[in-house]
Amino acid sequence: MNRTPPLDFTATCPVQAAPGDRVRLAHGGGGALMHRLIERLFLPAFANPALEARHDGAVLEVDAGRIAFTTDTFVVRPLFFPGGDIGSLAVNGTVNDLAMCGARPLWLSAGFVLEEGFPLADLERIVRSMREAAAAAGVALVTGDTKVVEAGKGDGVFVNTAGIGRVETALEIAPRAVRPGDAVIVSGDIGRHGLAVLAAREEIAFATTLESDCAPLARPVLAMLEAGIEVHCLRDLTRGGLAAALIEIAEAAGVAIELDEAAIPVSEPVRGASELLGLDPLYIANEGRFVAILPESEAERAQAVLARAGCAEAARIGRVQACAGGVTLRTVIGSRRPLDLPSGEQLPRIC
Amino acid sequence: MKYLDEYRDARAVEALAAAIRRTARRRWTIMEVCGGQTHAILRFGIDRLLPETVELIHGPGCPVCVTPPEAIDRAIAIARAPRAILASFGDMLRVPGSAGSLLDARAAGGDVRMVYSPLDALELARRNPSREVVFFAVGFETTAPATALAAKTALAEGIGNFSLLVAHVLVPPAIEAILSSEANRVQGFLAAGHVCTVMGFEEYEPLARRHRVPIVVTGFEPVDILEGVLLCVRQLEEGRAEVENQYLRAVRRRGNEAARALLAEVFQVVPRRWRGIGEIAASGLGLSPAYAALDAEARFAPAARPPADDARCIAGLVLKGARRPPACPSFGSACTPEHPLGAPMVSSEGACAAYYRYRRQPASAAEES
Repeated sequence: MNRTPPLDFTATCPVQAAPGDRVRLAHGGGGALMHRLIERLFLPAFANPALEARHDGAVLEVDAGRIAFTTDTFVVRPLFFPGGDIGSLAVNGTVNDLAMCGARPLWLSAGFVLEEGFPLADLERIVRSMREAAAAAGVALVTGDTKVVEAGKGDGVFVNTAGIGRVETALEIAPRAVRPGDAVIVSGDIGRHGLAVLAAREEIAFATTLESDCAPLARPVLAMLEAGIEVHCLRDLTRGGLAAALIEIAEAAGVAIELDEAAIPVSEPVRGASELLGLDPLYIANEGRFVAILPESEAERAQAVLARAGCAEAARIGRVQACAGGVTLRTVIGSRRPLDLPSGEQLPRIC
Repeated sequence: MKYLDEYRDARAVEALAAAIRRTARRRWTIMEVCGGQTHAILRFGIDRLLPETVELIHGPGCPVCVTPPEAIDRAIAIARAPRAILASFGDMLRVPGSAGSLLDARAAGGDVRMVYSPLDALELARRNPSREVVFFAVGFETTAPATALAAKTALAEGIGNFSLLVAHVLVPPAIEAILSSEANRVQGFLAAGHVCTVMGFEEYEPLARRHRVPIVVTGFEPVDILEGVLLCVRQLEEGRAEVENQYLRAVRRRGNEAARALLAEVFQVVPRRWRGIGEIAASGLGLSPAYAALDAEARFAPAARPPADDARCIAGLVLKGARRPPACPSFGSACTPEHPLGAPMVSSEGACAAYYRYRRQPASAAEES
């Protein structure tokens, strides 16, 4: 094993920006201010040997075998929302993309695009949250970059993360591995992240106790693989939600999927808010939920493994069928309707 | 979830569908007025539970669908004005005016904000005292009371940088226009439960009498809609033409009297052009003289092109219930939710969007044609 040693974290933030301290163009200029930002904020937060080498890039030891590599950019508004922020999102988003490849997430990079005038205290809060998310997911943040754009040319902060993970399974986990008769399992209740972010936007005044489901998914995925479950396909349910994820899989695999609406876990607050706002939970983004498609004969065991790995609400919600034909929903009243890809952003209806 | 699950109960749905099958001996054509009902009918496949003798056709009750392009043009002109913030309900943003939508205007640099309530737009005005905040007030009697409350609050608090671009419309004149049309084939109506929650249903009684049509005030869940259809079919079979209230848990005969008083104070009834239908006398709400100071059209004098609907779009026929969306040559080809020619393809309450979303795939499209 060539894993980076466990990270040595301190509970408090290493530097405290004075209130009112803000990002200046020089923070991205390569001079003393940028140096100070790296030395006092990023290095202590993400302390690990690769980062501390202070090199242009990280040099990492790998075993022979397959690696998974992915990247994602985060532009969420607002930056802080109940249950998470852009920092935890940026770490978990990339960790989860690696997990969906069946890989054990190992290393991340982080690129920050900061807007001139952005409060340094907010940046510290985001970095702190990234540090905690990385620790929870067991990944090391080994290289990074910071750029500053003029005031008005950004939206506070944008974060890009890329990640590398080690594929420890010999299975092919991809839509083309999906077989007719397979069971479709969702890892938990859907719709919380999208609604929590929507509720946190200042122009939308609805009070809710909803929190984002933002969470790392490597543990439940690896638990299934370590238990020897023959996973055929995995997909996290981010933009476009459960519906878009399954439609994409069905199209790529050339199969049909039938879902049972009554079996899909949706919490009461999500149902209530969705009814009120005219949104469909099937299409709402999640940041800590995935679907697993696997042989029907393994479904029960998979659910049990998932439950032990923190996905107590994992549920069987549908079945793969032989014909090509996209995704069909059997509604709660027993009728059937096709699910279609969402067009553009979901716009709330007016009454 | 309480108040929801019991109205989506598969056994109750089947029992009502069976009762409708038993009751309907002749052929009947019933219009559901409200786009919310259209959406539920397509989403749950309720029309497929009905016997062949009962045909549901979709009415004009989608608020963004009937807002005419020139009103959208005015909203876009305001969004482009210096210092202005144009606040709108979300599903209005994608609806095309004569040259682009509010989303296009936003992409071109206009300040367009999505709000859930006119009161949120008022809050925007409070927080941005150096800007002019204009709320694009569209919708039926359901959304008008919130607009009225924002207007009253703005005047009471002296919020000088808030105004309203009003395009509110009323349901009963639209029903009257449909019934008076020579091509009309609607024999009974499901009236919109939420509109009646505000307005009550007294004003529908003369309509039912004069045109000899049953009107059933109906809710929005599968059980509600099927019960509304059953009550309507029963009246038709028995030769009655009454106003009946299926949506008992929300609607009183006189509606919400506080909301009605507020509407009467802030608005006056005006003629209004409906998209695809044309002008209907006394079918809209405009600001009353006491609230004229809040009129955004007077403040901004936004230019609008002369009214012209896209010739490739049959929205007018769809909104009047004369054609179903798949009968339109542009449906699903030239006109999609990404590139809508007409408003019914935009809103989740629009009939074209509902058909596109729920009935487009080959297996089910075959049933439609």
